[in-house]
Amino acid sequence: MKPITETNDKHSFSPCGRLSSESLLRKTGQKKLKREIGMKTNKSSIAGITMSAPVIIMLTAFLIIPIMGTIYFSFFKYQVMRPDAKTFNGINNYLKLLTDENFYIALKNTVYFSILVVPFQCTLALVLALLVRSKMKGVAIFRTMYFSPQVTSMVVIAILWVILYNSNANTGLINAALSRIGLGPFDFLNNPKIAMNSIVFMSAWQGAGYQMMIFLAGLNAIPSEQYEAASVDGANPVDQFLYVTLPGLKNTIKYVLMITIIQAMKLFTQPYIMTKGGPQNKTKTMVYYIYEQGFQKGNFGYACCIAAIFFFIVVILSLVVKKLTRTK
Amino acid sequence: MKSQKNNRMLARFMFYAGNALVGLIFVSPLLWMIAASFKPEIEIFANINSITTFIPLHFTLGNYAEVFSRLNIPQILGNTFGYIFIVLLGDLFFGSMCGYALAKLKFKGRGLLLTLVIALMSMPVEAILLPLYIEMAHLGWVNTMAGLALPFMINCFSIYMFYSYFLDIPDALIEAAAIDGCGHIRTYFQIVMPLAKTVFATVFILDFVARWNDFMWPFLITTGEAKRTVQLAVQAFFGTQPIHYGAIMAALTLASLPMLLIYIFMQKYYVEGIAGTGIKG
Repeated sequence: MKPITETNDKHSFSPCGRLSSESLLRKTGQKKLKREIGMKTNKSSIAGITMSAPVIIMLTAFLIIPIMGTIYFSFFKYQVMRPDAKTFNGINNYLKLLTDENFYIALKNTVYFSILVVPFQCTLALVLALLVRSKMKGVAIFRTMYFSPQVTSMVVIAILWVILYNSNANTGLINAALSRIGLGPFDFLNNPKIAMNSIVFMSAWQGAGYQMMIFLAGLNAIPSEQYEAASVDGANPVDQFLYVTLPGLKNTIKYVLMITIIQAMKLFTQPYIMTKGGPQNKTKTMVYYIYEQGFQKGNFGYACCIAAIFFFIVVILSLVVKKLTRTK
Repeated sequence: MKSQKNNRMLARFMFYAGNALVGLIFVSPLLWMIAASFKPEIEIFANINSITTFIPLHFTLGNYAEVFSRLNIPQILGNTFGYIFIVLLGDLFFGSMCGYALAKLKFKGRGLLLTLVIALMSMPVEAILLPLYIEMAHLGWVNTMAGLALPFMINCFSIYMFYSYFLDIPDALIEAAAIDGCGHIRTYFQIVMPLAKTVFATVFILDFVARWNDFMWPFLITTGEAKRTVQLAVQAFFGTQPIHYGAIMAALTLASLPMLLIYIFMQKYYVEGIAGTGIKG
């Protein structure tokens, strides 16, 4: 993430400018000028508020109120089918959550998915970026190839892979390919032991193009002199990668890790379309559980309690990673 | 000298051969999807064990005809483009205006607003969908275009992108306009906005692809067919009898091709949107 404090500093009105106009005022003592400048900032203030007003209104209506709503409803027993049946429940939802086995399963599945998908997807993205970093003719075609699953929607990809993952080697493309090298057939989506791994593999394939683009920008920012110096010193490609590329990508890697972790925590569409959270709850994630409790079972209050915890976890995670990223 | 030339030839060969191999394996699921969409139903799984499964041997457009006859395509596209249009209006018009105000104008609450925008940028929207749904229900907006699109008209990420772009516009330019008697709002629309085409194009394509591909919110806020978007239609088509895999593949292809084309034509801005935000710092 961009170092925010830096841009703030850049923005704040330059002290020299303010000083000079103040001293100008003091010197000339012209009331007229003072009034004009006063009017100007006043005008700027009105314009600023006018121009931000639509955003302020919508930000409040569609982000801030719902955030407060999540926290507010998490203290209520609120059945959607009976809107009058909203009763204050204190911290009982949270207490229930502590002993809810399904919540721990969802948490565990989300963490499991993240731990597998983050390193896999980021490594894949880095490899792809290294493959297409050259400026040779036609490289744009290869970049488009690696990026194409990313512009295809997750819904499309998930449906396609349900068909590709078919357990029958005569109808599933992947099992057909594996049977050629003497493997399988695997029941990718119905075997509780591998169902989540199948989703990990597919998600990394779909998402890697995004991180590849970020890595490419990072690679382009490494000065070519560093590579020239390294090759003069007789460094082989592996050394160059370890001692020039990786250190040069340090900040990019941190940023990529952060966005990939946060993205992974939100897993929903893939299990919803491919496995419905099954088999044996092995692909039920936190967002899936929020959806199930809130929209399928109608326990809005309890679902908001899960959502509040989810919100808290993601915010803490992003703060931690942001802090790690900032240290140079 | 000669060995150096040979080395370069080898590097070239490795680059093309390696990328062609990895690239083809990488896109093979999508190639298979497109190929299957042009095959008669019985051919789709017939030669799955052979490489010819990637080629439609008996080319047909029948699957596409089936999709068009079973789905109300104008309605689906109308809903999707309506949704995208409203979101873009909010993001490009209101979002950019706010980004400019944050970057160049001094007003009360500016610091607070900027902090909020930055803090809300990484907020997981999944955590607030339930209360947002209740809010829409209270407003009577469930299963309406307003309920679908209005909550996503403001995107903190876009505001921040506009903000950081406008920071780099020289103050002298704005001051010159002010001396010419140009008000702040007019200065923005007549002088600053035309200079910022790149960032507008970037936000446009990021929003367009994100909204076209969006699933969870449209899935929650709409019921039935009247207001459903492309992704919902595709998802419903997958589970509707009769299950014809050729037609499903045609529907998947139809849902993906527009984005692929947009990406190919606006690649520069799209990549800038993804990479620019992370790397600048």
